[in-house]
Amino acid sequence: MPSADTPAAARPLLRIQGLHKRFGATEILKGVDLDVHRGEVVSIIGSSGSGKTTLLRCVNLLEEFEGGEVVLDGEAVGYRRSGDKRIRLKDRELARQRAMTGMVFQSFNLFPHLSAAGNVMLGLRKVRGMGRAEARAVAERWLGRVGLAERADHAPSQLSGGQQQRVAIARALAMEPKLVLLDEITSALDPELVGEVLATVKALAVEGATLLLVTHEMRFARDVSNTVVFMEKGLVAEQGPPKAVFGAPKHPRLVEFLRGTRDR
Amino acid sequence: MDEFLTEAWDARDVIVGGLLQTLSISALSILLGTALGTAVGVGLVYGGLPLRLVARAYADVMRGTPVLVLVLAAFYMPSVLGLHLQPFSAGVLALTLFCGAHIGEIVRGALQAIPRGQSEAAKAVGLTFYGVLLHVLLPQALRSLLPPWINTCVEMVKASTLLSVIGVGELLLRTQEIIGRNFLTLQFYLLAGAVYLVVNFAIERAGKALERRVAFR
Amino acid sequence: MGYTLNFAVVWTNLPRLLGGLLLGLELAVASLAIGTLIGVAGGFLSVGPSRAGRLLASFYVAVVRNTPILVIVLMLYFALPDLGVRLDKEPSFVTALSLYAGAYLTEVFRAGLVSVPPGLSEAGKAIGLTRLGIAVHVVGPVMLRNVLPALGSTFISLFKDTSIAAAIAVPELTFQARRINVESFRVVEAWTVASALYIATCFAIAAALRGLERRFPKF
Repeated sequence: MPSADTPAAARPLLRIQGLHKRFGATEILKGVDLDVHRGEVVSIIGSSGSGKTTLLRCVNLLEEFEGGEVVLDGEAVGYRRSGDKRIRLKDRELARQRAMTGMVFQSFNLFPHLSAAGNVMLGLRKVRGMGRAEARAVAERWLGRVGLAERADHAPSQLSGGQQQRVAIARALAMEPKLVLLDEITSALDPELVGEVLATVKALAVEGATLLLVTHEMRFARDVSNTVVFMEKGLVAEQGPPKAVFGAPKHPRLVEFLRGTRDR
Repeated sequence: MDEFLTEAWDARDVIVGGLLQTLSISALSILLGTALGTAVGVGLVYGGLPLRLVARAYADVMRGTPVLVLVLAAFYMPSVLGLHLQPFSAGVLALTLFCGAHIGEIVRGALQAIPRGQSEAAKAVGLTFYGVLLHVLLPQALRSLLPPWINTCVEMVKASTLLSVIGVGELLLRTQEIIGRNFLTLQFYLLAGAVYLVVNFAIERAGKALERRVAFR
Repeated sequence: MGYTLNFAVVWTNLPRLLGGLLLGLELAVASLAIGTLIGVAGGFLSVGPSRAGRLLASFYVAVVRNTPILVIVLMLYFALPDLGVRLDKEPSFVTALSLYAGAYLTEVFRAGLVSVPPGLSEAGKAIGLTRLGIAVHVVGPVMLRNVLPALGSTFISLFKDTSIAAAIAVPELTFQARRINVESFRVVEAWTVASALYIATCFAIAAALRGLERRFPKF
């Protein structure tokens, strides 16, 4: 396996340090530390309410956070320091930083007024500044890679859930983000559609994309990840290679959690 | 400003008289229109084909015609047909017909929103059609009827200004007469606008209070 | 009942009536266009982050919706000259009707904005769009489709409200009908034909709208 044990030459692509996040009185993240290296696939598992999704949303700056740092490729994202104060960055800066990461949502969130290709092209044209023809070519290439070349001109409502999610993956990947965040991307799918989406993600992992994903699919997490992270009550409770985490779990809550998932 | 206050004070009886006229026009057309509209709504949902057609034509004609045209038609038409209506009655007639069409659609919507099982259950208990309507369907429709009905009341108060065009001495016409004497155009239109605002806010407030009481039951 | 119907006068005046109808449609289109600008701005304000903006929007809506349109029309036409603003009849009426429409459309667009699932703006953020970019390319188009039916019925109401322009002698359909009524005493004919023209136009607009809604299927 690559990067996890490569020497210090490579600083982590993503470094999360002491991340704190609260919603009103409840503290969701209580000081999360996590590194993701280039080319690595990191899966976050844990029961609902453990803060997995919130962590992902903080990395993509969809949530504000009160303490700690998220550093992406050497750049602290979301906030700048002015003396002792943390100041949330301006909209334009946040947008630029968000474009460095791609995000795929549980509920697809395809733009309903655009075709499959239009969904992929929007960011390419308005954020990357590509011309229509170039963006179209890139979109078609990516739709081809998720196996939907012939559906380029279909509206999202004409696609199955699995197809919609693959378009969403193409939309995120076409921006050539440094890091791709996948938030429970199969949870909203009918069981028979889960396979095609996971196969797509697996292909990306093999090609060397850096992925940070939240999943309930334990078998998938085991097959695809370099590192599995178990979150519990807003903290990273245990992490390691899948063999260790699934084969010899140490944390009692992890043992209990794995028993509960019945090896899906 | 001083001049306006003096003029307004001098005209207070006229203004209050106009307001009372506005309120009685509105109240009358809302009451009559609600009665008519309930019948129209019931006819639209439960009537036989001829009744449904008549009710549909009535509702569409009234809702497709501007209220001002209804008011003018009600003012000019009866006399050539040998019927003599005072401007006040002609105006109230027009507003009632207009109000009835709108309430009719509202009642239709509310009745159609009630699950079919309700009337079937009521029939099973042995109620007649009117019993079902009176004791089961209309009470249930009331809750969804109330917000649009309040809305219609506000619309009727606003529409009552159109009677100024046929010389009914309601608030707007009285205001125009006052302006004709003292030329304080902006001030007195603003005053009239403010009075309408207050009346309509009061209606909305009362409506909200009523909605809360109905919701608790 | 000594009244016999005779539509001859109405037929000879038909060009006038149709001209009035067309003028009414023009007034309604202009007011819808300006009102839509106001309504979009008001809608974004009323769901926006600024408290002052939200207050402003709801104040505007509450005041205008509770004021009779005839009062607004008369006030703008007769009182504004006192403040040094002199507008011709038609522009003055369009201003009044636009202000009126803007309040109703603020509500329409507010509801439309609320109806756009938040996940869509998040997806827009995730690909790096700015707030403006999301409003223009994601939320705006989705909202427009959602509000299309409400926009259409607002247009029909506005068209009917153009009859109020007769009160300041704008020669639209109601004004023309009244003229025929007064000049010829063909009372019943004048009003039934005017009413029929209004109804037919409303139905035509509604039908066109249904066609439009079919062309842009709901998401």
